[in-house]
Amino acid sequence: MIDSMVLFFTTNFVLYALVAGISLALVAGPLGSFIVWRRMSYFGDTLAHSALLGIALGLLTDSNPQLSIIVSCLVFAFLLTLLDRRPSISTDTLLGILAHSSLALGIVVLALADSVRVDLEAYLFGALLTIGNADLIWVLVVVSLVAIVLSVFWNDFVSITVHAEIAEIEGANVNRLNLILVLLIALTIAVSMKIVGVLLITSLLIIPPAAACSMASTPEQMAIRASIIGCVSVVLGLISAFYFDVPVGPSIVVLATLIFLAFYFYPSVLKNRN
Amino acid sequence: MSIPDSSANTASDSTSDVHAPGILLAAKSINKDFAEKRILENISLTIEEGQIVTLIGPNGAGKTTLVRVALGLLQPDSGAIYHRPKLRIGYMPQRVHVEPTLPLTVNRFLQLANRQDKVLLSNTLKDLKIGHIEGQQLTAISGGELQRVLLARALLRKPELLILDEPAQGVDLAGQAELYQLISEISDRHRCGVLMISHDLHLVMSSTDEVICLNHHICCHGKPEHVTNDPAYLSLFGAKASQNLAVYTHHHDHEHGIGGSVKEHKHD
Repeated sequence: MIDSMVLFFTTNFVLYALVAGISLALVAGPLGSFIVWRRMSYFGDTLAHSALLGIALGLLTDSNPQLSIIVSCLVFAFLLTLLDRRPSISTDTLLGILAHSSLALGIVVLALADSVRVDLEAYLFGALLTIGNADLIWVLVVVSLVAIVLSVFWNDFVSITVHAEIAEIEGANVNRLNLILVLLIALTIAVSMKIVGVLLITSLLIIPPAAACSMASTPEQMAIRASIIGCVSVVLGLISAFYFDVPVGPSIVVLATLIFLAFYFYPSVLKNRN
Repeated sequence: MSIPDSSANTASDSTSDVHAPGILLAAKSINKDFAEKRILENISLTIEEGQIVTLIGPNGAGKTTLVRVALGLLQPDSGAIYHRPKLRIGYMPQRVHVEPTLPLTVNRFLQLANRQDKVLLSNTLKDLKIGHIEGQQLTAISGGELQRVLLARALLRKPELLILDEPAQGVDLAGQAELYQLISEISDRHRCGVLMISHDLHLVMSSTDEVICLNHHICCHGKPEHVTNDPAYLSLFGAKASQNLAVYTHHHDHEHGIGGSVKEHKHD
């Protein structure tokens, strides 16, 4: 059993999957923490769904699929931020409309462009084991960029999240920081499509932080523990996909959920708050 | 939309020269509407170094709006706000809601203001007597402790001007007097100006240089003892409130010890 496991993890495609999954889980910890703190999970969902529209548009214009996903996510994120500044419209309703209309529109456009066969299921639920060289490079470049920007602006991001007005009086450019944070989330969602898929991305971002929040006493602890929980979910998800022959993306999410439930119902396991 | 031109709405005579060296903040003829309703009407005021200005007024009088305009968080519809160049402001908002999912100790919260100066942090904690709750979650401390923590955060910026929106809310009566005393001491020690909103008229009066009574426009302003006898004040708060205040507006040239003994208080 150990031998087959070693063989499994040293196989090229599994190794790729492991590297991509773990590096994503590392930035998903801190980034997802912000989504939880700022109650932006619906926002993340909307961005993820718009990514499918990005694929469709990429096919129509015959451009690089990964690039078109990234561009469409960034454009959507920017538009959503602009809409968010007009409080007269209910953000909740607006996000609901945009999320599902962009998903539906994406699927319709993909079906119309039937000259190209697209594996819709791979985009909806992820296909971690099929990622290639180019995909891995995209993930690594984006993850490094996100990690660098996050660490540079970390204190500012936490400050505007805790209290935007105090942060502004203390000299933070709140609008600009909000936009940067949203663009980081958009970038991360764009490259994680292949890993967990449109429908499951938000869960990878919010479940590990949600699991970590009951056992952390500072934002940094929560972010780091969320990263660890994310990495553990990726590794265990891959193993269970191998043993039970189930799709990888959903198993990663199921594993993360189990960890969340364990901490939720037995918070004393690792609790050191106060 | 005509702006009533009334010199009685001017809270200070020195607004003509906002660039005088001692002036930290000046507002000139501020008007602000929300949903077609005039919230602030022709407000002018100045705050100088070491001066404590207290805003009083009924609920919905526009006090918080005026503070937000003064801070620059809100743009007035007309009029101008002048801040002394590079003015450092310490701001204590009315409400702080911390997400239950966001773990935050008192210490980490304060570090958001100033990460470098550890000495200043520990001194501020000591001054405000909140050192013992440093490691506790912000969501777990009492209302009075939270107000002190917020004041500490404002002080960590080494402010030249403190802007406080109801600093004593949620604090018990004994704590309120102590908190206002503390604010007054801070203002003395650092020569910093203070603009604060307060409902606790009787407690604020003794440590305030200037009271501005606001009800969308400035009803009356001046020294505390002057304002409490102003007909505009009396019609807004009633004569009873004024009588209650009279007990407290004695001149403070001494302090009372715990047993009621009189201690000399030196003015410099």
